[in-house]
Amino acid sequence: MKRDDTTVKVDPGQGIRADLTRRDFFALAGSGLFVYFQVEELAAFQEPERLPVRQGYPTDFNAYMRIGADGRTTCFVGKVELGQGSKTALAQLLAEELDVAFDSVDMVMGDTDVCPWDMGTFGSLSIRQFGPVLRAAGAEARAVLVQLAAARLQAPAERLQVTDGAVIDPSNPGKRVTYAQLVEGKRIERHLEKVPVKPVAAYTVVGQSARRKDALEKVSGKAKYAGDLGPPGTLHARIVRPPAHGATLKDIDTTAAGKIGGVRVVKDGDLIAVLHERPDVADKALGLITVQFDRAQTGLDDKTIFEHLLKAAPKGRVVSESGSLAEGEKLAATVIEETYLNSYVAHAAMETHSAVAMIEGGKATVWAGTQTPFAVKQQVAQALGYAPDHVRVIVPYVGGGFGGKSSSRQAIEAARLAKAVGKPVQVVFDRTEEFFYDTFRPAAVVKIRSGLTSAGKMILWDYNVYCAGDREAKQFYDIPNQRTVSAGGWMGENAPGLHPFGIGPWRAPSVNTNTFARESHIDIMASRLGVDPLEFRLRHLSDQRVRGVLEAAAKKFDWKPARTPSGRGVGVSCAIYLGTYVALMAEVAVDKSTGRVQVKRVVCAQDEGVIVNPDGSHQQMEGSITMGLGYALSEEVRFKDGEIFDRNFDTYEIPRFSWLPKIETVLVENREVPASGCGEPPIVNMGAVIANAIYDASGARVLQLPMVPARIKEVLKRS
Amino acid sequence: MQRTVSFILNGKPTRVTVDAERMLLWVLRYDLGLTGTKFGCGAALCGACTVIVDKEAVRSCSTRIRDVAGKRVLTIEGLGKEGQLHPLQEAFLKHQAFQCGYCTSGMILNAYALLLRKPRPTRAEIIQGMDDNFCRCGSHTRILDAIQEASGTMKGGVQ
Repeated sequence: MKRDDTTVKVDPGQGIRADLTRRDFFALAGSGLFVYFQVEELAAFQEPERLPVRQGYPTDFNAYMRIGADGRTTCFVGKVELGQGSKTALAQLLAEELDVAFDSVDMVMGDTDVCPWDMGTFGSLSIRQFGPVLRAAGAEARAVLVQLAAARLQAPAERLQVTDGAVIDPSNPGKRVTYAQLVEGKRIERHLEKVPVKPVAAYTVVGQSARRKDALEKVSGKAKYAGDLGPPGTLHARIVRPPAHGATLKDIDTTAAGKIGGVRVVKDGDLIAVLHERPDVADKALGLITVQFDRAQTGLDDKTIFEHLLKAAPKGRVVSESGSLAEGEKLAATVIEETYLNSYVAHAAMETHSAVAMIEGGKATVWAGTQTPFAVKQQVAQALGYAPDHVRVIVPYVGGGFGGKSSSRQAIEAARLAKAVGKPVQVVFDRTEEFFYDTFRPAAVVKIRSGLTSAGKMILWDYNVYCAGDREAKQFYDIPNQRTVSAGGWMGENAPGLHPFGIGPWRAPSVNTNTFARESHIDIMASRLGVDPLEFRLRHLSDQRVRGVLEAAAKKFDWKPARTPSGRGVGVSCAIYLGTYVALMAEVAVDKSTGRVQVKRVVCAQDEGVIVNPDGSHQQMEGSITMGLGYALSEEVRFKDGEIFDRNFDTYEIPRFSWLPKIETVLVENREVPASGCGEPPIVNMGAVIANAIYDASGARVLQLPMVPARIKEVLKRS
Repeated sequence: MQRTVSFILNGKPTRVTVDAERMLLWVLRYDLGLTGTKFGCGAALCGACTVIVDKEAVRSCSTRIRDVAGKRVLTIEGLGKEGQLHPLQEAFLKHQAFQCGYCTSGMILNAYALLLRKPRPTRAEIIQGMDDNFCRCGSHTRILDAIQEASGTMKGGVQ
């Protein structure tokens, strides 16, 4: 028996076929409005990096909405609700452009049979990239509806106004027709080109805090996640897992497990599972299986990994370069060189990977907690040998993703087992499986060599990042001679064996690592010069949006300039994340005898362009800050030879109530710029802002994340 | 050993005939169909599976069904009365004190037990009382605000 080595790497757009658009589109065409329209070139919405340009979004707006006879609008999107609030914010965008009441919009998300294709819910794309698509669809639909109303009311279209889905002629208030009356389930085909979206100044829904669409279901326990679903007769599977990555199955005896009443044992190639109508009974059966594995000796553990990464990383690629490093070296009066490390970090969503698969009449339906339903559809089709159009993936609520549910092994396993046993099968990972198969944030190394002139001006920046990825690796300060090189990353650009287990995107991939290194290093230079770290940053910043968030944070924080370490325990860090600008300031207390850190206060100022849902944005900023306490202070995956030692929350410590700082969030209004993401940016600063505050408090410059008490004590001892 | 276990579930007399060593969580979710109670860690570490047994918050993933015989079990499905949300649910809703919602049932029920014990807790007491319930999305500050507000709304009358 071969080991199960399909640890899934993220390739969100994997194999998506270009013909899906048409089919999804026609699937919707049976009822409701049906009009052709044109969106702008899709390239304008593409992730500005190396995400492959795949099949685009449907150009017919009917793919995104259906106006029912009851006057309610159903919005269809391939995005999923992970907790980030896009169910609410996307409904706001559509309500705004279509001029219907926010409360009359019902969202259908992540169902591959009825929703338009989407690459996946990640990368802060839902608002930044997909938002313009949905807005354009809404604007187009509204324009067509107004034309139809004009004909019906015999009034010029320019004179008509729309409120809450009703079109009226203001000069003759008796003339009124609703969208529902206009559509009447009829099929209308009309092509309208280049309908402008609403100007920001006309917004009445966008920009207002909206009650979350998922609120009532979530506080009443009615919200359904994949593990809550399953037709009658569903069997629950527990799967034989290796004790370590790289281990191979040597011997297995399932006799005792098979003797439990109602238990079925399935061997499907590398997939060996016990199934029962109750998951806990299946689990008991799993415990009765005796199994032996041969383990691989890699010699890698959480301490030796950094040397290995430096040696085994692929060749570096120049991300950006300007001026000349040689010139910078020549002009530098002071050169500072440091190496920054961060460990593997788990996603640790509260909901483990869960899925239910049902096969009926040669078609598979899979309910899965995933961030990438359309990729899962392809993967399931491939695993079962089905045509993709015989697979439907439906995503119910997802109990947290953070990038970890971009890979969805459980959905494929459920589908394979359902096919093998001829019954619906549910697979819900236990917490150990969740840690074992997590696609961790990669451990990474950053080496920076920087130079200052005798006048205290940054003149040299030689930046090399290994294995974190190049997203936002390029720094944004005014430094004449600079080069940024990135080797390896989280997206699959690595040689096999670089990492001893799966790695992948983790909330703001690459950027936690890159920001920790850059902003720590900037602070080191400021401290060397004896200049206040905020002042030092501002001296080297001509980017007005970065300046803007720094100044907003400083005002809220009441930042008092001082050279570091001042003993006060305050720190600053700023970043740009895919079009969003964010600055954090923090205050910490360091117990020098134990090395323990308590973060007392965090202020965050963010400029995300147009703000869709202010309360939703604040919520995401708070969440990002709270979650970031973990990778800064406690979270790291311990392992040796492919065995993961952190298997539950007893050793893998995530942030809890008693860790909470006072959190203050400020949204910097910027209506000149389209909306960008709000849920990822603040977290990228959490490593550096705490590291800088720890240094200010204690004089200990910690260069490795997480900054656990032992590391802080070690640095204190040395300094 | 199959055994009939009787208890009061959300106010209704309930009998199940099951292996009495099974954990309450699985019986609630898969024998009784109450899926509002969530599996998070299986080791009483995270609190996603929290339910109330005779006014105490317990971790249903680690509570045997035989141990609730004759007791009153309250799950999220039984918290509201006659279609009305409980003040704690109202407060969670008002403060949008959740994101993914997966820990929410456990948070609300743990808070319920906390307020039964201590109807007007201080912020520090709420933090202490909630510290073993985990939320990964980072809704902590809002959860604290919601509990504080609910304790005020209920004026000590937690029911």
